[in-house]
Amino acid sequence: MLQAIFALAIKEFLALLRDKRSRLVLIVPPLAQLLIFGYAASFDLNNVPIAIYNEDRGATSHEFISRLEGSPNFEIIRSIHRDADIAPLIDNKKALIVLHIDSRFSANLQKNIPASMQVILDGRNSNMATVAFNYMRSILMDFNHEWAETHGTGRPPATLKIRAWYNENLQSRWFIIPGIIGLLTLVVTLMVTALSVAREREAGTFDQLLVTPLTPLQILIGKALPGVVIGIVEASVIITFAVYWFDIPLRGSLGSLYLGLFLFSLSAVGVGLMISAISVTQQQAVLGAFMFMVPAVILSGYATPIANMPEVIQWLTYINPLRYLLIIIRGVFLEGDSYALLFNQYWPMAIIGIASLATAGWLFRKRMY
Amino acid sequence: MNKQSHTKASPNRRLRGMIIKESLQIIRDPSSIAIAFIMPVVLLLLFGYGVSLDAKHVPVGLVIEQPDAVTASLAGSFAQSEYFAPRPFHSIQEAETALKERRIDGIIWLKNNFSEQLLNTKEPPIAVRVNGVDSNQANMTQGYIQGVWLTWLQHYAQSKGRSLQQAVQMEQRIWFNPALSSTLFLVPGLIAIIMTLIGSMLTSMVVAREWDRGTMEAILVTPLSSNEFLAGKLVPYFVLGMVSMLFTVALAIWLFDVPMLGSFWILLLSSSLFMLVSLAIGLLISIVSKNQFVAGQISLVVTFLPAYMLSGFIFDIHSMPAAIQLITHIVPARYFVAILQTLFLAGDIWPVLLANMGALLLMLFIFAVIVRKKSNNHLE
Repeated sequence: MLQAIFALAIKEFLALLRDKRSRLVLIVPPLAQLLIFGYAASFDLNNVPIAIYNEDRGATSHEFISRLEGSPNFEIIRSIHRDADIAPLIDNKKALIVLHIDSRFSANLQKNIPASMQVILDGRNSNMATVAFNYMRSILMDFNHEWAETHGTGRPPATLKIRAWYNENLQSRWFIIPGIIGLLTLVVTLMVTALSVAREREAGTFDQLLVTPLTPLQILIGKALPGVVIGIVEASVIITFAVYWFDIPLRGSLGSLYLGLFLFSLSAVGVGLMISAISVTQQQAVLGAFMFMVPAVILSGYATPIANMPEVIQWLTYINPLRYLLIIIRGVFLEGDSYALLFNQYWPMAIIGIASLATAGWLFRKRMY
Repeated sequence: MNKQSHTKASPNRRLRGMIIKESLQIIRDPSSIAIAFIMPVVLLLLFGYGVSLDAKHVPVGLVIEQPDAVTASLAGSFAQSEYFAPRPFHSIQEAETALKERRIDGIIWLKNNFSEQLLNTKEPPIAVRVNGVDSNQANMTQGYIQGVWLTWLQHYAQSKGRSLQQAVQMEQRIWFNPALSSTLFLVPGLIAIIMTLIGSMLTSMVVAREWDRGTMEAILVTPLSSNEFLAGKLVPYFVLGMVSMLFTVALAIWLFDVPMLGSFWILLLSSSLFMLVSLAIGLLISIVSKNQFVAGQISLVVTFLPAYMLSGFIFDIHSMPAAIQLITHIVPARYFVAILQTLFLAGDIWPVLLANMGALLLMLFIFAVIVRKKSNNHLE
């Protein structure tokens, strides 16, 4: 019996790896994606284009502007001298921010009257606007602090020192790249399995498979095996790149990571086979895989946090295996979590895996008789 | 193909026949209808309701070692803020355990002699920790905590007759999206994603399917020229894409209250352009790959994922490394997302619209030439 399953699994591997283009598709795109997205997917802003509208002639405003110049977050693209110049710059996306300093700025500061400046932001992308404003504010807070210390004007409000755990410098990349490991594992595993039955059905060989002495369960296992193996191999390659190329710290144990990957690939394979069992053509299978994948990625916490979603949608995320995998990968990489701390992520994936594989098996059988 | 003897036998009828065949294939295959109509609705609902970068009610642990009126007032400030959902802890150890177990996202620790030392020492007797794994959220949370702290401190100092003035104050004015709602910029961008799905994903599978099933040989021996073949394949998917675009726009405006400040005709024109570019890419993929599995994978990797990650839809292009910024120039969604965000939120701003539409037109021209060349090689 084991031999029969094995033979089927080998046949599946051959069907997939025999074709040169299919082989390339399994290797090149995931790595290209990891590299491109690893560098591209970041919420950190560099070189935010900023225009300066300085009506003040004093030295203090220039001192503040030179701080902006020195910051890697900002790039001063232009100085303007009229109100009318503000709108075209922002409208045409030439500048994300216009900083307006009025003519009494330095004078007010010298007289110990609070001086003010105005920041005009392009809000089309609200996240960028918020992040850029936060950068600006922290530069201002430093400036205020030093001003108060050197000029002895009243006590500056005590600033909070905030310490971030696990990702001390708050680098987006440390958050996103572990996410990409999960994302690509899902894409590859799902595609491989979703197409496996649909391909045979379209070619008419599925009927032949059904009249062999293999039981539905054996067919199921034989079809599932390649997906699990390819998913885990693929993930290992990406993990290697994450650690050695992108220098993401791997603080936990590989064992707890791989337990998560194994359980995850089981559930991804289960979903893939379910899609495969109900689709008649390969096109339907790809579209079906897609229709699962897109919501699964969006509702996984990959780019936007689950906690920000409305409650009903948050419930939906509990049936999403990627949700648990991302917590595990990030937990092991950044937080160095132990098995015990991740237990609540393991068991839901195991249940999703068993349930989806069982459903796939049931669908196979239903299709047969 | 044998052009000479048959081209005069009413090419229009042949083209019509091809279009009808393709349209019937779309209508009879529930999965194409699903991706054209159900997918936009699902995606819009998911993004509109599910995807938000605006953190609210962040669970933070509050450790107060010596409770009194002052600490109660600060705790009240945090409780009143819509950004926080504070939970009390008895000791810092308990709170740190909760942070490790991901039950809370941050800790605000008011130390032993908080009230006495508050205005006297340089380092305030308060410590804050946040979970930095999700760096973007951690950044926002830090900003909110600073905001609550500063406001409270100013009020408190004033009530004690002390002034804690800041030398320079900054006021912000946000254009186009004053409430800074992430829905307003995500939903228009989503139109580009949905049209990419239909234009490239669906179309790339179509020619590949003909190869897989062996019907390509059957078409090759018909009098259909390669131009007619391409047009026949494209027209039905163009219509499908445009219909679902209009559908998505309607949902965006009426369901999510996204303002549509620009003119409708520009939207129609720029979407047609983008749709044609997507179709050309889809056709190119299918001609090159000749196999549905490969076509599906390639179109996922070269169209959908870049449209999601490299288009400025969610991640800022300016902040990417120079090499990646170069790559984004060949992602058509980049230009369309810029058009959409401007058209919806800012109106008809011609310099932005014209530049991006020009880029789309150029891409259309380049891809059309490549498709022509490739299809001649492969089909004839």
